[in-house]
Amino acid sequence: MIAAMSAPASAGAIDGPDGARRVALLAVIGTAAGVFSGLFGVGGGTVIVPLLIVWLAYGEREATGTSLLAIVLIAAVAAGTQGAYGNVDIEKGVLVGVPAIGGVLAGTWLQQRVPAKAVSLLFAAVLVATAVSLVLR
Amino acid sequence: MIEAILIGALAGVAAGMLGIGGGALFVPALVIFMDLGHVEAEATSLLAIVPVAIVGAWRQQSYGNLRVRDGLLVGALAIPGAIGGVALVNVLPERTVQLGFAGFLLFVAYKLVRNALAPERPV
Repeated sequence: MIAAMSAPASAGAIDGPDGARRVALLAVIGTAAGVFSGLFGVGGGTVIVPLLIVWLAYGEREATGTSLLAIVLIAAVAAGTQGAYGNVDIEKGVLVGVPAIGGVLAGTWLQQRVPAKAVSLLFAAVLVATAVSLVLR
Repeated sequence: MIEAILIGALAGVAAGMLGIGGGALFVPALVIFMDLGHVEAEATSLLAIVPVAIVGAWRQQSYGNLRVRDGLLVGALAIPGAIGGVALVNVLPERTVQLGFAGFLLFVAYKLVRNALAPERPV
């Protein structure tokens, strides 16, 4: 694994890549992320990223990259399930999703070059303002 | 509508930098600017997340930041939880879901601030 070179202290080294304890931790992370995804219409990355770092000794960027791959599966299954309930508006999804593809290209590029601290604080402020506006509706 | 497009782009930047799907911004953008009900907005957000996460994961793969096996394992093991979450959201009152979502945003904001202010682990 590529990651093993940059993170020698990873849990894989402690417990073996297929250790039962390691798979159990991944299962807990996945289950929590799946429930968050289904309940809130998100990918679950806010659960996956910190837990990969804390439980499996991932580096920051590795955690965010691996989280995105997990999210592909999670969001696809959750979107398909919501589609079966007839709740998905494809046209509006395209309208916000296509500009976001440009955004994610910029975001991953930026992540390799700038510290994410300022972005985290800015994003937190946006989320608080958004939460307040939703509650007051 | 232009607001929704701009927020979509911003959600993508956040997705790339923070390893999230972007739903925390997609959902409110769809509710506030695209007149969707909260549950429809969540469902539509999930659809929008898929291509964003595919492109983000592909870029991170080329930057050497992707552990494919673990990512696939977490995603596969998340499937029952995701289906259960969607089933639950479709039986709960919509306003309850919306208030829960607002609480989720505050939880994420708290974690972001805490991590950003912790010197050893800036996220």
